[in-house]
Amino acid sequence: MEYTTQSHGDYAAIKKEIWKVTLILSVLTVIELMLGFWMYLKPEMNHSFKLALKGTIIILMLAKSFYIVAYFMHLKHEIKNMIMTIIVPLTLFIWFIIAFLYDGKSYNNLKNNYDRHYQEQTKVKATKAEHQHNAAPTTEAAPAATH
Amino acid sequence: MSTAISAQTKWWGGGKSPFNVEYGKLMMWYFLMSDSFTFGAFLIAYGTARFSANSWPDPNEVFNTFPFAPEGMHAPLVFVSIMTFILILSSVTMVLAVQAGHHNNKQGVIKNLIYTIIGGFAFLGCQAWEWTHLFHEGAWWGSNPFLNADGTQGTVNFTNFFFTITGFHGFHVFTGVIINIIMLIMALNNTFEKRGHYLMIEKAGLYWHFVDLVWVFVFTCFYLI
Repeated sequence: MEYTTQSHGDYAAIKKEIWKVTLILSVLTVIELMLGFWMYLKPEMNHSFKLALKGTIIILMLAKSFYIVAYFMHLKHEIKNMIMTIIVPLTLFIWFIIAFLYDGKSYNNLKNNYDRHYQEQTKVKATKAEHQHNAAPTTEAAPAATH
Repeated sequence: MSTAISAQTKWWGGGKSPFNVEYGKLMMWYFLMSDSFTFGAFLIAYGTARFSANSWPDPNEVFNTFPFAPEGMHAPLVFVSIMTFILILSSVTMVLAVQAGHHNNKQGVIKNLIYTIIGGFAFLGCQAWEWTHLFHEGAWWGSNPFLNADGTQGTVNFTNFFFTITGFHGFHVFTGVIINIIMLIMALNNTFEKRGHYLMIEKAGLYWHFVDLVWVFVFTCFYLI
């Protein structure tokens, strides 16, 4: 079957584009890391401000994935119908993410409102267990501190 | 509507690729699309578990060291950012290999494939170190030594999802390296030269970029937010 390989274009121009995208990806990653460090260094930060920072990180993540798919994977330069056969099924993710995260939050509310044991247990402070394997660390005091 | 086909209707009769790509490349795209749903399902399940919990371990407390770090050093995000840049750079060398292939530049293909393979091994090495380190801290499937951010006992959901998702991603990196090594051997044996084109490199490249793409999501979901 006949198909033409991608237009060879100007080799220098293509290389320039590759390095430009590399630079963009690196800059976006550095910004993400700066936001991450900001959240780490300021733990007393306002909760909704922290959520806004996390939202910004997610937007930057989507921008990065756009650059990888469009330029590195070359999808931007394919025929539009082909792009659509890839992108349209992925819109299922919009439902997927909303429905399942909503479900998780709803389960959380159910447990907090109706499960007395969970409600009490989730407030117990625990101490960090050192090097424990195969034994699930428990929040209850050890029956006898023989070890 | 009439069932008769009018003279103007041009049904596709074969002989020309409607998407102007070869079969293998198109199928690689569809495979990657389905694979993105597998990873998506994992990450969304992780999100569901996290949303259903009142508190969750703070990644900055869990992933806070790197190889040869001095004892007691607290350096979150450092090691994982190195891993991220390794994968971005190996993606760049893969694009350069694909471009060299378009110009039938055998030396360019070989050189950039070798860089990409080195990057892949470097990433796998980093991941192996991190898994070993976490294992020695007591973390594994079914065992979570880390406390939640609010000081309560964390659930094994945290470690189960971490090891499953980074493990599944690491498995993709591993197979990607294997595919790249096969491409390198084929290039060295002049297989592509005899074939007259290097289009196979493009398909391996798509897979490799996908691995990088997934890491962008895993990195954000586990280490940053």
